[in-house]
Amino acid sequence: MKFRIYRYNPDVDAAPYMQDFELNLESGDAMLLDALMMLRKQDDSLGFRKSCREGVCGSDAMNINGRNGLACITSLSSLKQPIEIRPLPGLPVIRDLIVDMTQFFKQYHSIKPYLVNNDPPPETERLQSPKQRLALDGLYECILCGCCTTACPSFWWNPDKFVGPAGLLQAYRFIADTRDQDTAARLDNLEDPYRLFRCHTIMNCADVCPKELNPTEAIGKIKDMMVKRAV
Amino acid sequence: MVNRVVTGAHYGLRDWLVQRVTALVMAIYALAIVAQLLLQPAFGYDTWSELFSGNLMRTFSLLFLLSLFYHAWIGVRDIVMDYVKPASIRLVIHVLVILALILYAIWSVQILWGM
Repeated sequence: MKFRIYRYNPDVDAAPYMQDFELNLESGDAMLLDALMMLRKQDDSLGFRKSCREGVCGSDAMNINGRNGLACITSLSSLKQPIEIRPLPGLPVIRDLIVDMTQFFKQYHSIKPYLVNNDPPPETERLQSPKQRLALDGLYECILCGCCTTACPSFWWNPDKFVGPAGLLQAYRFIADTRDQDTAARLDNLEDPYRLFRCHTIMNCADVCPKELNPTEAIGKIKDMMVKRAV
Repeated sequence: MVNRVVTGAHYGLRDWLVQRVTALVMAIYALAIVAQLLLQPAFGYDTWSELFSGNLMRTFSLLFLLSLFYHAWIGVRDIVMDYVKPASIRLVIHVLVILALILYAIWSVQILWGM
């Protein structure tokens, strides 16, 4: 099994380069992350992040054969060889496949990713009807792996100003939550030519999301709400 | 990475809506004019000038062109916002594009009403 992996150690290398690897492995049921861990036994300088190894933590997002995805839930048998692995595009590389996600999380924090409710906390919990709870499906499942945002050309051009699909999906997650009381301020916060309206419905986000969520749809719903309150 | 970010201009919704409405106007006009031309028995200079001699046709053509210019302004501004980073150059390009589009609008009136 053949691999071509992006290597860059800024302390040592003058420029990034692609390194070829070969692994004696029948693809079978193995996932890409299994192969990467075996490759690290060959070359222990190979850097990548991983944690839960089952598609829940979102640590091992990378660009696999030109497409962002999670190595731990990408089956080797589904990939064409040589398997070309690069770090997530559009973010600074720390080393090899490890990127600096500070900018990504800055955008995420800018949408206040928490419930704002000024009522005194009830004895037990803030209740929702099953229907109200259903409105959060397809939103709360996001694991913040960054696959969508780093696949978005609008984020590549304006990472400091455009919130990006992951952040906007979470923004809508709190706008859609009936327990949240900050809707107007949340919409004000996003009504900006850069923060929200850099989205041109390219839909790379919905295409690559490993959890099969649809940020484009959520962004559309935010725009709908803005239209409703403006007209 | 940029630490202090200048965002929060609080506009964008109107342009986004206008972009969609003007696109609709252009689509309807384009379909109508294609249908008009297909319905003509013969094609030639006479048919063409006959078609544009009525004030109704001229008015709707002007509406189409104004939609086109407004739509173009939003589209071009989006491209400039994506690719031109220094704000001063961006402003100069914006002004030039607006002036060009206003000139085109005046020119359109002159052409349509044969002034």
